[in-house]
Amino acid sequence: MSKHANRSALASLALALLLVMGIAASPVRLAAQTLDAAFDRLAADSFSDTARAIDDLAASGAPQAESLIEALGARRLLADKATGTIAIQTPAGALLDARTGKPLASPPPGLAVVRINNRLRSAIDAALGTLAMVSPDRSKRLVAAEALFKSRKASDLAPLDKAIAAEKDDAVRSAFGKARSAIVLADDKQPLADRVAAVQSLAEWPDSDTLGFLRQVQASTQEPALKQSIETAAVAIEHRRQLLSGLQNVIYGLSLGSVLLLAAIGLAITFGVMGVINMAHGEMVMLGAYTTFVVQEGFRAFAPGAFDLSLPVAIPLAFIVAGTVGIAIERGIIRFLYGRPLETLLATWGVSLILQQVVRTAFGPTNREVGNPSYMSGAFDLYGISITWSRLWIIVFTLTVFFSLLFVLKRTRLGLEMRAVTQNRRMAASMGIRSARVDALTFGLGSGIAGIAGVALSQIDNVSPNLGQSYIVDSFMVVVFGGVGNLWGTLVSAFFLGIANKMLEPVAGAVLGKILILVLLILFIQKRPRGLFALKGRAVEA
Amino acid sequence: MITKLLIESLDRRSGWFLGIVAVAMVLIPILNLAVPEGSFLHVPTYLVSLLGKYVCFAILALALDLVWGYCGILSLGHGAFFALGGYAMGMYLMRQIGNRGVYANPDLPDFMVFLNWKELPIFWYGFGWFPYAFFMILFVPGILAFLFGWLAFRSRVTGVYLSIITQALTYALMLAFFRNDMGIGGNNGLTDFKDILGFPVQAQTTRIALLVLSLALLALAFALARVLVTSTFGKVLVAIRDAESRTRFLGYRVEHYKLVVFTLSACIAGLAGALYVPQVGIINPSEFAPANSIEAVIWVAVGGRGTLVGAVVGAFVVNFLKSFFTTGALAAYWLFVLGGLFVFVTLVLPKGIVGAVEEFLAKRREARQAAAPAPKPEPAE
Amino acid sequence: MIEALTPPNVTNALLYLDAVSVSFDGFKALRELSLYLEHGEMRAIIGPNGAGKTTMMDVITGKTRPDTGTVFFDGLVDLTKQDEASIAELGIGRKFQKPTVFEMHSVADNILLALKAPRDPFSSLFGARNRIARERIDAVLETVRLQDLAGRQSGSLSHGQKQWLEIGMLLAQDPKLLLVDEPVAGMTDAETEATADLLRDISRSHSVIVVEHDMHFVRALGVKVTCLHEGSVLAEGTIDEVSANERVVEVYLGR
Repeated sequence: MSKHANRSALASLALALLLVMGIAASPVRLAAQTLDAAFDRLAADSFSDTARAIDDLAASGAPQAESLIEALGARRLLADKATGTIAIQTPAGALLDARTGKPLASPPPGLAVVRINNRLRSAIDAALGTLAMVSPDRSKRLVAAEALFKSRKASDLAPLDKAIAAEKDDAVRSAFGKARSAIVLADDKQPLADRVAAVQSLAEWPDSDTLGFLRQVQASTQEPALKQSIETAAVAIEHRRQLLSGLQNVIYGLSLGSVLLLAAIGLAITFGVMGVINMAHGEMVMLGAYTTFVVQEGFRAFAPGAFDLSLPVAIPLAFIVAGTVGIAIERGIIRFLYGRPLETLLATWGVSLILQQVVRTAFGPTNREVGNPSYMSGAFDLYGISITWSRLWIIVFTLTVFFSLLFVLKRTRLGLEMRAVTQNRRMAASMGIRSARVDALTFGLGSGIAGIAGVALSQIDNVSPNLGQSYIVDSFMVVVFGGVGNLWGTLVSAFFLGIANKMLEPVAGAVLGKILILVLLILFIQKRPRGLFALKGRAVEA
Repeated sequence: MITKLLIESLDRRSGWFLGIVAVAMVLIPILNLAVPEGSFLHVPTYLVSLLGKYVCFAILALALDLVWGYCGILSLGHGAFFALGGYAMGMYLMRQIGNRGVYANPDLPDFMVFLNWKELPIFWYGFGWFPYAFFMILFVPGILAFLFGWLAFRSRVTGVYLSIITQALTYALMLAFFRNDMGIGGNNGLTDFKDILGFPVQAQTTRIALLVLSLALLALAFALARVLVTSTFGKVLVAIRDAESRTRFLGYRVEHYKLVVFTLSACIAGLAGALYVPQVGIINPSEFAPANSIEAVIWVAVGGRGTLVGAVVGAFVVNFLKSFFTTGALAAYWLFVLGGLFVFVTLVLPKGIVGAVEEFLAKRREARQAAAPAPKPEPAE
Repeated sequence: MIEALTPPNVTNALLYLDAVSVSFDGFKALRELSLYLEHGEMRAIIGPNGAGKTTMMDVITGKTRPDTGTVFFDGLVDLTKQDEASIAELGIGRKFQKPTVFEMHSVADNILLALKAPRDPFSSLFGARNRIARERIDAVLETVRLQDLAGRQSGSLSHGQKQWLEIGMLLAQDPKLLLVDEPVAGMTDAETEATADLLRDISRSHSVIVVEHDMHFVRALGVKVTCLHEGSVLAEGTIDEVSANERVVEVYLGR
């Protein structure tokens, strides 16, 4: 008995999946009679009856109507005249009773595909279009609106108006409005005033399809007034498109800039504030990314349901891991090399090689899969500019990290001691500040922030042992360009370089753009060796 | 006058060094060609090529030591000059292939045929003629170093800033050379060489000849560097290294000195690269990788910067280690060793092997003098 | 601005600073500083910390560019248009506050590098300086009493010996004007006295500016004194006049 229940549960599950809305879901009582009538007509399998059935189904608004019509169009709807059985054949070949949604236990021998011809085919398409307009699925309605915009059939106008009246979602309604304007404009039987008004409302849509359509109508129409208004609208759209692509590049640039900033903030502390050249900085970022990987593996194994929490958990852990390694490097190596920047550079390069190889040995040389939690995936549309959530969150996250750091440096005891030690070590020491401890903590802070950067970068970049290497040159460039020892300079320089890079890319190509930026930076450093916001005076020589 | 300069500048250690190089130039060909293969003393041909490679690295180390060890310019982009010299040689070797390539095109190298190019780019003109190619081997790295140095030194970019922009320089070049439309082989670089100056590249005698040439260049570069560093010029370099602004206040144009030594060093590195390419049979953009340049720095550091012999010793020691570790089961540990070397040398052995030996000898000498008060030593000159 | 370029008295002064101002990030290191040095004159500059003494040296030697003001040397050479190397070649030598000699070089080589000779790379490579220079090096070393240490590595010298070596390097340069920053810092009394003798000797054939805190030393020099305060001249005159000046006393005693 339980076995049986299981099977039927399975079957209905399959059904629910198969028929998008699910026949088993409670049918609208009012539509039930229309439905039954439509089933009978389909069973008759005559072209005229089938046509009526399609209209009825479309008008019924029943949830299963769409899948029925789809099945009809795909020649997967079967009928038996004798018994009146209507069956849907799944793509896998199983037969389901269309009236009940249950598997057809004993298919009658007369079961045959319901025939369709070309006239029916277009009726099916139209019905599907109409159905989609009122589909409960928002994304389907959006797709329908786009399809209506493209087909621009005058006959769609009436159902579209009905759909607009019923529509509650603003985005969908405006998409419908766009389709409606296109239909009105394309139909030369419409009054001129309406068509001109349609042009004006279309001018709000700066996509290339709209522009192409407007130009097309402009070329074909005989009405000078329409031509004129289209010209105005088209020019406005072109301007807007230029502006938008500029804006889009700026946003890409901001996104790249935030990545650069994230990678460089830690360096701005270790290099900028302490003056330590840490070539293993990139490896701190990499450690952060691998911490994220390990945390996610843990979540996958023990709490797959709470996967979205993996990033909030990974952030403090990455800070601790990278910070601890940083402190170990500072205590073990760097402190012996203060005042010898070139030696520090070489020793930390060695550390970076070792760290890479450790990770390679532990996790293998290939990319590891780090997943995006739900809030990090997908994209949204802002006035025609598409922005992915991960990029947006990284920008927000970067700024949060930046301002927290600024706060730590300017407003906390540790920050005060840090600045004291870096400005005058002996004086600070004589005032009772334990400079060795402050050095270690400062370096740990910088490294920890690099680790946090690794968490964010794991969301948009490949997590491999070479992750850090790809950021080290860029990070140094950002810090040097911004002016060593100046956090605000680092901020400005990261965003400037990010935007400049993305502005150059469409013109010069990605690789050449990067080379150009590097060359420009090299030239810039020649001109202002101390960066954009350089400190002046005697302190610099120290 | 030159010979006089040379004799004046050579101390006993340099004499020993040049002597060893000369012996190697004579002995290795004999041991390879004349001693039968089964013999204990036979030097196999693969070892000849390996040695040739090391000698080229040693020349690169020497060039780097001139700028870093004596003038304090830590270039993290010297691999770029090496690679540019190598590319110039590679272009010559490509032109020597003629119609023996896979596509048998007499006018175009294979990769250009593959990319559907119709004619030879202008900058390839003349590379079939060795004197021109030789000129370019020196000219291209030299002019790049000159322009770069002119910009950098004039605006007083020093220390780590300079190091980082030299690294950016070689990184940018690497990205550029990876592009197919640069017309220098893209990703795959230049390879499948056939002849050099009419001799088959792969032949045993050619390999021996290339090794001997490399050794000769090593000796020459060493002698030149020695003359340089013992002259007043060299003393100014060291002065710049130790107290740059002091040197400037004495009236020396620091940027000119740096420019001269940087450009010269780039030319030497270019020559080393040019000899390297026929011996390994390929040049590709990965030679520009920043890691290569920084590895060359560690050769100098291990051997002992600021001592010419040290640079050479370091290049040999590190590369023997590398060959030992990267062939076989130990391969996974090589980066640990290399990374450890960086840390060890900077922390424990800041003067490198040669520097440490010097110190040890000096201490022993002092101890001996203290033990047995010898007659007052003659003044050092 | 024409009149500023050729004031009447510029031509007969060795060093002429007029209304020189320098600021670092809002901090005014020099404000409207004016100073005038005759040929063959020795001048002592005193002043508390932060008075702008070292910045003034930096301006004269081309290390720092003034924001405003004019600096002329030996007639009409505008020093603000020259870099350190050409200023040194014009004949201005400088001894730093912290003795900076070339530590890895021998004492003799330090002098060799300082000797007046062509400074370009070509002549340092092929010039025959090594051979002709020996006597001059010995002469300089004798003046600064380091002849016994000619072969020593200069890094191993004592603090005082380094100061003297640096003065020796200045002499080897044979400049028209010597700028000497705190020459007796860290010296014993005997050394200080010897240094004062040495500077007096030097001033017979050279113009000298000495910056010093040590009042005994300044008194021993017995020359005209300029007191700087907050980047401009507070008082000028003999040591007695200056130390009697009320404002100077105020600045030094912080009344």
